[in-house]
Order: sequence, then structure tokens, then C-alpha cells
Amino acid sequence: MMTQISFYLTLALYGVTTLLYLACLLRSTPCMALAARRVLIAGFLAHCLATIHRYIAVGHLPITNMHESLSFFALSIVAAYLYFEFRFKVTTLGSFVLPLVTLLLIGSSAFPSELRPLNPALQSAWIYSHTLLAFGAYAFFTIAGGVAGMYLLQSHFLKKKQLGPLFQKLPSLDTLDDIGYRCLSYGFPMLTLAIITGAIWAAQAWGSYWSWDPKETWSLITWFIYAALLHGRLTTGWRGRRAAWLTVAGFLIMLFTFIGVNLWIPGLHSYN
Amino acid sequence: MNIIVVGLSHKTASVDIREKVAFSPNSIEQPLKALIALEGIVEGVIVSTCNRVEIYATTRDIAGGIGRIRRFLADWHQLAYDTIEPHLYSYHGEAAIRHVFRVASSLDSMVVGEPQILGQIKTSYGYAAEYGASGIILNRFLHKAFSVAKRVRTETKIASSAVSVSFAAVELARKIFDSLSDKTVLLIGAGEMCELAARHFLTNGAKGVLVTNRTYEKAQRLAEEFEGQAIPFEELFDHLHKADIILTSTGAPHFVVTPKDLREVIQRRRMKPMFFIDIAVPRDVDPAVNDLDAVYLYDLDDLQQVVSANLENRLQEAEKAEAIIAEEIVQFYKWIATLEVTPTIVALRTRLDELRRAEITRTLSGWKDAPGDAEKRLETLTAALVNKILHQPTVVLKKGGQGNRTDLYLDALRALFDLETPTPVEEETDGADL
Repeated sequence: MMTQISFYLTLALYGVTTLLYLACLLRSTPCMALAARRVLIAGFLAHCLATIHRYIAVGHLPITNMHESLSFFALSIVAAYLYFEFRFKVTTLGSFVLPLVTLLLIGSSAFPSELRPLNPALQSAWIYSHTLLAFGAYAFFTIAGGVAGMYLLQSHFLKKKQLGPLFQKLPSLDTLDDIGYRCLSYGFPMLTLAIITGAIWAAQAWGSYWSWDPKETWSLITWFIYAALLHGRLTTGWRGRRAAWLTVAGFLIMLFTFIGVNLWIPGLHSYN
Repeated sequence: MNIIVVGLSHKTASVDIREKVAFSPNSIEQPLKALIALEGIVEGVIVSTCNRVEIYATTRDIAGGIGRIRRFLADWHQLAYDTIEPHLYSYHGEAAIRHVFRVASSLDSMVVGEPQILGQIKTSYGYAAEYGASGIILNRFLHKAFSVAKRVRTETKIASSAVSVSFAAVELARKIFDSLSDKTVLLIGAGEMCELAARHFLTNGAKGVLVTNRTYEKAQRLAEEFEGQAIPFEELFDHLHKADIILTSTGAPHFVVTPKDLREVIQRRRMKPMFFIDIAVPRDVDPAVNDLDAVYLYDLDDLQQVVSANLENRLQEAEKAEAIIAEEIVQFYKWIATLEVTPTIVALRTRLDELRRAEITRTLSGWKDAPGDAEKRLETLTAALVNKILHQPTVVLKKGGQGNRTDLYLDALRALFDLETPTPVEEETDGADL
């Protein structure tokens, strides 16, 4: 019951935050940006509370069905977003990320939320390292995707000389590039470790390190995309519009790895 | 006391008239003294810029004061009054206050929102204060104008966007590079606008300047001026990768920079963005470089479009500024009103107090000789006091006030003493009874 209340409170707060951030995009005043941030922090705290309640209720990390994992994904994104907002003071990023967060939470509420005990095969300490690393990577890649979208928009405005109000609101290309690169350099090692710990855990639980389960295959594809991006950046300084497009593509594939595979392709990682 | 404004500006007079009426700041003392020596003029400030000559003054006689200042502008410069008369405007009351607030807020400027005018008015006011030409009202008035101008500047975006090509270039650079502090500017060719833009980049924090020119000596001279480094023109492409912002204005009839030239440069820069500003006509940079991923190219036309869009924005912001000014006028009017009220109240109280003291002295002096009879004496005292207080107002009222303003006086009296308005009908019946 408490879980339900705090969950819907979170959803309501995120909804308000999204509206505030979108309003900031249209007509931003320092006041409004501050309000948006405060409501977001309130939403984040409520979300943490909801997650803790659920953790206590089910007795394990609440990420074992779609309802739980979508909510946990949203929580990770907000945590990563808050870090970048405080670090870089880019309110406009919120206008791109928060709508997604709200959608994820609405999606989460559409799935059955009954409490189910953990599959005995999965009862292991590995659940923490494997899943937390994966969610961390996903959160950073989501921010990277949003920033890449903003980069494409801003560079389009600059190239086409369309210097409207949105152009004025968006940060400079350098700032966006900087945030994007940071996201990749945090997210990629996390994904790598998530895959490694997953393999070890799989060996213990299912008896094989790698079994070409759809989830495994798709996360490998995701890993290759981000590896290519980082490799290009480190060797030739690859950045700019094409890199931004690939970052957006990487985000979409990651989203499919995370959600699509669970919903449409049955495998060892399908929880429902 | 009334505020009046007389003057001419770029809106009413061409430069050949304006320059004839202009006052030199070096010899502003004499005209200021002559101004406040004019009959009926109490305080005065003379503002003289290349776009306007205006006199702000206070007077009790609006029409006379304005007329004398209009004449003064012609006489002082030994011009026939007819030559400047059609170009002059004059304001008093609210219109005068609005005008000065608008001028100070740069709403009346040729380039709306330009920042110089406020400084110019401040300097002019400084002279007036120094030579004792401004007094309590103009002091307060101009300080109010300065604070209104500041409010307009902070609460509207009237001055926030660039309205010159070189400022527009700096603003665009800020949308590509986060900070200009570690960025290098390269000048290819020499041109006035190019140098101006380079200077703007430097004052906005750019790290250094490279200069190249077909004539190496010219490049060296310019490099010295900017404390930068000169590059021989033939070695341009060996150094181009060091530059983040490139300003070009050569007289070359063909493109100096083409996409082909940039391939290697971009690699050497590890794909960091480059910002080309092509001020040359014919253009120096092949427009196709704008299609390269890491290159952003703006030519003179692009920048001019930015500028005209910004100017349009400023005009929209000017409407918000007008609203702020309207608000401030109301406030300032309140102050002007209290300025007249307080001394009048003080004078009234002093006058009545004098009457009271005189009556008390008179009463007390009689009392010592014949004590007792207090009731009668108090009766006499208060009756005498009331009569004395009401004597002058009654005389004025019966004479019909100054210049047939009986209605005005009657209304004021009823309002001041909260009297009921007698209806004419009652008066008639009263008369019949008698």
C-alpha cells in the first residue's frame, strides 16, 4: 500500500517536473528552472522511497519484472541527470530527458505490480553487481542519447542559420560534446563489467558463461556500438554530427536490448 | 514647479542642423549659467550628443519657459530662430518625464537599446551638478531616469542581443565553443571589420591571435598590434589547424579556403569544430565547407541577417520597456506632488500658529488685570481666532478667487473641510422663509 502511494506520488511529481522543464524550453526564467529542479528532487526522493518500500516488501532488489525494472531504470536516469544538472547547470537537458523518465514510469504502472518471490536460480549476491552496473550504464547511455539529440539539433540550427529561441536556449556544442563524452566514458566500463559479471553469474546459475540468450546477444551489439564510438574518440578524436547520430542509434538499440528483448523475444532474461 | 524639455534629435533634424546646435563639453559652463539665468528658469541640464541636443529645465511658467529656451538654443549659437524652429520639440509635465525616461533607456536612440546614451546623459548631468545648474528636482528626476534605464536594461532583453556584425560573430562563437578563453583567432587578410571582430574576440577572452596576409609586413604589423603571431601566407595551411575561429577578408577574386584544403586540417584538429567568419566580398571561403561535419561557416550576409533579426527583437522588447516607463512615471509624479504639498502644509501650520499665539498673548494680558469671567474670555478668544483664520479665505472667495476660479475654490474647500454640498433648491426655500 505504501509502495503504491509513493509510486503514484513519484509519477505525479515527475509529471509536474516534465511540464516545468518543457515550460523552461519555451520561456525560461531562473525562477522556473529552480522550481523544476526542486520538484524533480522531491520526485527523486519519493521514487527512492517507493523503491526502498518495494525492496523491503519483496526482499530483493526490485528489478525482476517489467513494472519494477522500468521504474528502476527511470530512477537511475534521474540520478544520472541530477549529477549532470548540478555539474554543468544545463536545464535544457532536463527538457529532453524528463519526458522519457515520465513515459517510463507510466509504462511501469501499466504492468502488473504484484510481488513475486525471486526465482531460486537467481538468488545470489551477483544480482547486485550485475544489475546495478547494467542500470548505471543504461542511465548514462540515456543521457548520452539525449545530449546527442540536442547536439544534432543545435548543430542543425548553426549550419542552417536558424537562430530562433530554441537555439538561444540550447547549450554550446562544446558543452554538449563534453557531457556526451563523459556519459560514454562512465557508461561503457559499467556495461563491460555488467556483461562480465553476468557471464560469471550465468556460469554459476545456468552452468554456462555465454549461451547466446537474446539478451546476451543484444547487449553485445550495444557494447560494440559504444566501443566503436569510444574507440573513434580516443584514436582520431571522432566527434560531431555522425558520432551524435551513432550515439542516438546506440541509445535506441540499448532501449531495445533492455525493453524489447524482454517483451518480444523469450529467453533466459525474460521475467514475466 | 514643472519639468520642461526642449530639444532636437536625429528624428527631427539632419546632422547639419544638429551640429550647429551642439554644445561642446569643454565649454559647457557658460551655456549652463546662461540657461539658468533665463527668466523663470530655475534648474537646467544640457545634453549634447551627436544624435541629439536637449535641455531639461524646471520652471513655474511652462509656456514662457519653453519659449525662452527655444530662443536660447538659437541665440546661443547665433542662428536665426527660423532655421531651427521647425526641428525643435518641447514637452512639459508627463510628456517631458516620459521623453527623458525613454531617451535614458535608449528607446529613442537611432539603434534602439544602444548603451552609450545613458553614459552621455550621466556626463551631462555631472556638468550641470558641478556648475550648480541642477537642483533638487532635476537631481531627483535624472537619478530616477538612470534607475529606470537600469530597470529596462535588466528586465527586458532590449540590449541583450548583438546588433553589430562583429558582436553577432562573438555570440555565435559562444554557441559553438563553450568558453573562448582557450580559443585562437586567425585573421586572413586585413580589413577594418575583420580587425574590429578580432578585437571583440580578444576582449571577450580569446587566447591569442594569428595573422596572415599576402604582404608579410602587413601581417607582422597587425600581429604586433594584437600581440599575436604573423604567419607567411604560403604557410597558411600548415598553421590553420591551430585556429578555432577564422576571420577572412582578403581581396582575392577566388576562394582561399575550400573543403579539400580542410580535410587534413580537421584530422589534425581531432575533429574539433572550426568557426569561419567570411567578411570578404567576393567571398574567401567556399560555402561548401559548411557541409563538413566540424566546420561552421558564416558570411557577411548571414551575420547581417542575425543582426537585423536581433534589431527586430529589440523593438519587441521596447514595448515591454514602455510599460515599465509608464509605471515609473506614476511613481515619479507622486513624488513631485508631495514636493509641493509638504512646504505648503508647513506654511499653513506656521501661519495658524502665529495667529494662535497672538490671540493667547492678547487674552492673557487682559486677564491679569481682571481675573474671573473665564467663560466670556474663552468665548472671545476662540471667536477671534476663527474669524482671523477665515478672514483671508473669505475675502478671496468673495472676490471670486484668482481669475474666475470660484468653482475650483469652492470644490477644494468642500473637499478639504468635508462640507456637504448645499443644493440650490434648499437655498431658495431658505430665502423665501426669510
